[in-house]
Amino acid sequence: MNSLFDVIFTTDFAFSVLRVTTPILFAALGALISNRAGIINIGMEGIMLVAALAGVIVSSYTHSAWVGLLGAVMSGTLIAGILAFFTLKFKTHIILGGVAINMFASGGTVFILYLLSGDKGSSTSLASKVLPSVEIPLLKDIPVLGPILSGHHILTYVSIIAVFVVYYLLNRTPLGLRIRSVGENPHAAQSVGVSVVIIQYMALLLSGFFAGLGGAYMSMGYLSLFTRDMIAGRGWIAIAAESMGRSTTVGTALTSLLFGTADALSNALQVLKIPAELIATLPYVATVIGLVIYAVSETRKKNKKLKSPLVK
Amino acid sequence: MFKVKYFEYIRTSAVIVIALAIAFLIISLVSNQPVKTIGIFLFEPLSSKGHIGNVIEMAIPLMFTGLAVSLLFRANMFNLGAEGIFYFSGVVTSVLAIHLTLDGWLHPIVAIAAGSIVGALLSAIPGILKAKWNANELVTSLMFNNILFGVGLYLLNYHLRDAKAFANVSYKFEKTALLSKMVPGTRIHTGLLIVIVLIIAAHLFLYKTKWGYELRMTGINRNFARYSGMKTAKVIILVHLIAGFIAGMGGSVEVLGMYNRFQWTSLPGYGLDGALVAMLAKNNPISVIGAALFLAYIRIGADMMARLSDVPSEMISIIQAIIILLISAEQFLKFWKNRMLLKEAKEA
Repeated sequence: MNSLFDVIFTTDFAFSVLRVTTPILFAALGALISNRAGIINIGMEGIMLVAALAGVIVSSYTHSAWVGLLGAVMSGTLIAGILAFFTLKFKTHIILGGVAINMFASGGTVFILYLLSGDKGSSTSLASKVLPSVEIPLLKDIPVLGPILSGHHILTYVSIIAVFVVYYLLNRTPLGLRIRSVGENPHAAQSVGVSVVIIQYMALLLSGFFAGLGGAYMSMGYLSLFTRDMIAGRGWIAIAAESMGRSTTVGTALTSLLFGTADALSNALQVLKIPAELIATLPYVATVIGLVIYAVSETRKKNKKLKSPLVK
Repeated sequence: MFKVKYFEYIRTSAVIVIALAIAFLIISLVSNQPVKTIGIFLFEPLSSKGHIGNVIEMAIPLMFTGLAVSLLFRANMFNLGAEGIFYFSGVVTSVLAIHLTLDGWLHPIVAIAAGSIVGALLSAIPGILKAKWNANELVTSLMFNNILFGVGLYLLNYHLRDAKAFANVSYKFEKTALLSKMVPGTRIHTGLLIVIVLIIAAHLFLYKTKWGYELRMTGINRNFARYSGMKTAKVIILVHLIAGFIAGMGGSVEVLGMYNRFQWTSLPGYGLDGALVAMLAKNNPISVIGAALFLAYIRIGADMMARLSDVPSEMISIIQAIIILLISAEQFLKFWKNRMLLKEAKEA
């Protein structure tokens, strides 16, 4: 047990929590926006994967990490746009659409990678660029806090800022109000002149945008190359985090951090001989439990209402 | 000649034609010898007995999961849990195939039955949560996929793994546990018979029994079914049990029919493919056979293509994605249906 505490109570561990939380947080914020507009985008995993590959390819051909980032984010948005086009225009079922996106991504990225590099496993032969890490002046000199908070990848800081941006967007802007109203009652929103389809388009595009940032982080920060199926379930964990966070910005951010901690812990817990395979299931178990508690309490509330004499 | 009642067939065919056209387009862009490559993709699966065998072997698990998902979709349950159950039941069956000693014919029966029952019980959990408390079955089933995969992988790595083998695989199954091959020169196993029987049983269940009728009605409109006196909660739990049983049996049969060690270190994907099969089959048990064969055919075609030409087999996942997007698109070709309806109304 002591050896575990030795691992956890270090600045290195706190630093790594933020590092592994970043992609989950990005994707969870994306899932949050589309969910608030009433559409479950389960294609997050696939969108992140495509964006991760796009970042590597674009940065290696343009020799610029920033153009690579742009490529990643644009490709993420584009894939979300395709999903939006099919679900909103052609009325493809959104869940099946998400399944299609994931299927496309897991094989399609390998297909494109093979055509460009002749390798099906990783992009080692493509000279891709990596986005920089940032030392924050003043903060970096503070003991304890400095080594935890300074020196992170630039997208890690962007992800933290994104939490505030999404909070502001959803709660303080006209677009946010429309997104929420469309999600809560599309007919009511329609009746007061909000175009449900346009709002849902925007929400899906935004979810693709954030998933794209998460994907870019994976291949241009977390690792410095693309490898097959490198998202490894982070898109699903993000959906779980959004669901556990009860579709609120703060809740989603905190659960993302919690799941990030669990992810970082899975390495630390190996000291205690707890298998990593089982630790990896913790976010999903937590989500199921959270979901059940919520569903039970909702049903109780509803039954109470039905029995109460005041409500007729 | 184009009647509205044939519309769904026309639409499904149109989707397949478009998907194949896109496949040809991709091949033409990528390959140095496009005509030859397309020829391989289209006809190589028929070129020998062994290759036809490959198509049928591939179709067996797709029929299992396709049938399971069809029943769930028919009850309007968006449950994608067949994926995790297929995997986990494979693990359960492997444990029994390795550690049990039984007579030749009893061994696979016991192992497969255990896998199927475990599948049914696991599948019932999201079903009960949905029926009792209206917990979203999609999210719970997706979470269960990851949980079952984690636990299954743990069992493989810590309890079944053969240290003497050079790969991450389990100990060898007992010879008595393996399913026997039916056609010499191929690996087609008795699982084919099992799944055909299941499909016929599911057809009879769905269209000839009271339970099947209640299942279909619950799928069309749960509230209406409830108001007409059906116990929809029971129906939902029942369909989850049946679907889990079938998906679990699929995993068990696949493991004992095609392998002699358990060797899946990632989810094999048959559960999600099952959703594609169900869509192609319009959630109709009998049509699952054709849909699974079609999907298996283009996959084997793509495998052959990857082996014999310069186009990688991953192309097939792009084609599958296009099929899913178009086939579940309610509005796709709707204008045409409307035009046909109008014309028929005028003629009448």
